[in-house]
Amino acid sequence: MKERILEVRGLNVDYGMGPESVRAVRDVDLTLHRGEVLGLAGESGSGKSTLAYGMTRLLPPPGIVAGGEVIYHLDDGTTVDLLRIRDADLRRLRWSEIAIVFQGAINSLNPVQRISTQLVDVLKAHSASTPRARLDRARELLTLVGIASDRLNSYPHQLSGGMRQRVMIAMALALEPRVVIMDEPTTALDVVVQRQILRTLVDLRERLGFSVVFITHDLSLLVEFSDRIAIMYAGQVVEEAASADLYRTPLHPYSDGLLQSFPALKGPKRELSGIAGSPPDLRMMPSGCPFHPRCARAMDVCGQQTPVLGQSRAGRSVACWLHPVSVG
Amino acid sequence: MTAEVAPAVSGVVSTEIVLEADGLTKHFPIRTPLARTAKAVRAVEGVSLQLRRGSVTALVGESGSGKSTVARLLAQLYPLTSGEIRLHGENVAVQRGWMRGRKFRAYCRRVQMIFQDPFASLNPVHTIRYHLTRALTIHGNRGDDLEKSLADLLTRVHLTPAERYLDRYPHELSGGQRQRVAIARALAASPEVLLADEPVSMLDVSIRLGVLNLLRDLKERLHLSILYITHDIASARYFADETVVMYAGQVVEGGESETVTQKPAHPYTQLLIESAPDPDRPALEEKDGGAGEPPSLIEPPPGCRFHPRCPFVMDVCRTDVPPRFELGDGHFAACWLYREEAS
Repeated sequence: MKERILEVRGLNVDYGMGPESVRAVRDVDLTLHRGEVLGLAGESGSGKSTLAYGMTRLLPPPGIVAGGEVIYHLDDGTTVDLLRIRDADLRRLRWSEIAIVFQGAINSLNPVQRISTQLVDVLKAHSASTPRARLDRARELLTLVGIASDRLNSYPHQLSGGMRQRVMIAMALALEPRVVIMDEPTTALDVVVQRQILRTLVDLRERLGFSVVFITHDLSLLVEFSDRIAIMYAGQVVEEAASADLYRTPLHPYSDGLLQSFPALKGPKRELSGIAGSPPDLRMMPSGCPFHPRCARAMDVCGQQTPVLGQSRAGRSVACWLHPVSVG
Repeated sequence: MTAEVAPAVSGVVSTEIVLEADGLTKHFPIRTPLARTAKAVRAVEGVSLQLRRGSVTALVGESGSGKSTVARLLAQLYPLTSGEIRLHGENVAVQRGWMRGRKFRAYCRRVQMIFQDPFASLNPVHTIRYHLTRALTIHGNRGDDLEKSLADLLTRVHLTPAERYLDRYPHELSGGQRQRVAIARALAASPEVLLADEPVSMLDVSIRLGVLNLLRDLKERLHLSILYITHDIASARYFADETVVMYAGQVVEGGESETVTQKPAHPYTQLLIESAPDPDRPALEEKDGGAGEPPSLIEPPPGCRFHPRCPFVMDVCRTDVPPRFELGDGHFAACWLYREEAS
């Protein structure tokens, strides 16, 4: 059995308080194992980024974590709940244990400081070493992600989009974290650059052995690149399975629809339809299953009762009345 | 939902060329605060393409490859540096300055553009009724009964019942609905050509196909010719009859979509197709090649602009710009690898 490293249990995240509040993430359970890539797929507004920021306590107001726990397994076998530990303890864990690559490197790098300053800053905050050693480490990090180390003194605007994203990855890996959360790291990039960066990432993961939570809306990318995939819709995880299983036999109609939304480059040309309708407004969620107004296979029960995520067969979880949860 | 064969007939649907670009070139001069320099960004260089009646032509390329500039040139939003734009064989490009006033409006009436971001292309303080009424009035298509014209437009883009949408503001609609309104507004001019600049890349994945299918439906019913600009070559295969691939401001390959995507000839197209996510591929197994990045367009490399990244680079590539080599059935590639085959 694979070792668990990060467990999310019953996480709820709201935006705003009181009667006006909107629940963006609803009862999410996720488990990340050591060394695996967990893909988190969903459309915009499905709560995937909110989930990532909520579980790392990085959510800016008015976002509020309304409940749940995030258990992190430390190296020595003890566990901590990230949502409840003291700020000082969390600061120690951040970046050295759990690092994040944010969406849009252009916005995440400081435009008036050199890359070297920004890389060294991370090292300075977390470890006591000489300036010289830090600079050496920064150089090493750049080489690691495939940038010539003489670019160390460049400013962000002197680098291309792909290189900036690599700098962000280098920064995330600076302290050799055990978990890296990547929020749409390649969305703004072209396919050729995207592939180069993913290749670097796969390489590094094999060498350094960290786990990745990879957030994207591009399901076809995840199928190729991740070990397991969780599909989110309107703040809930509706299906979770090994990538290959999900691709071959999607159980939830929404997963099926998403897979049908990407035209294929190879094989016979097929008529595709996407999914009718649009994602629900979180302020006015439909009753029952949030997907039922768009679902071609909706039944009476779907509009009345909310299906819960459960094991329908070995290794598969799905929240859909078509696949009743097997008990025991 | 599946198994049906796409209605996009292979083969060139019709031969009537509506809009034609011949050797389009656009250089953006670089100005320093004190003086003009002789330098320029060579954004588009010698691009030729044809839009046929009732057919979709896809223009595929990375960001910065000049594909949006081509669309804006075709819409006459930028003056040309050189080259010619012909509408039904008649030269419409004005060399100096803007094509102002009456002549420009007459051109707009026939060639309409749809932009990438429907959040930005609709005015947030006006209703859908206002947007569409204005378009109808300006282009003289109000008809006898405005209400009916408005309803017809919305029905065409599958926003029914029309009354439900007419008095809404853009923020009350979802992304897909907003893009449909933008399409309806373009149709208000009853154009012959639609220039769609990444019409679905800002939309949610699950509704992209809905909008593409709508455009295809319109193409068939109204015999529009559509230029579909995209960075997603898989959607070009799905949606377009012909595909043209651009790299660093130049056209490198073109032909029927099926041929271009299944038997790519130019090394750049091959790289693009290999890089696209493919769920059927076991893992990230890779050949080498494709390293590097697109060149600077201020001082582009001499010869073929792809040669610094090309795995098949030869001496001639470094010095001479490759012309188009015909590969049969309208398929062409601008690459020295095909010199013998063509001659």
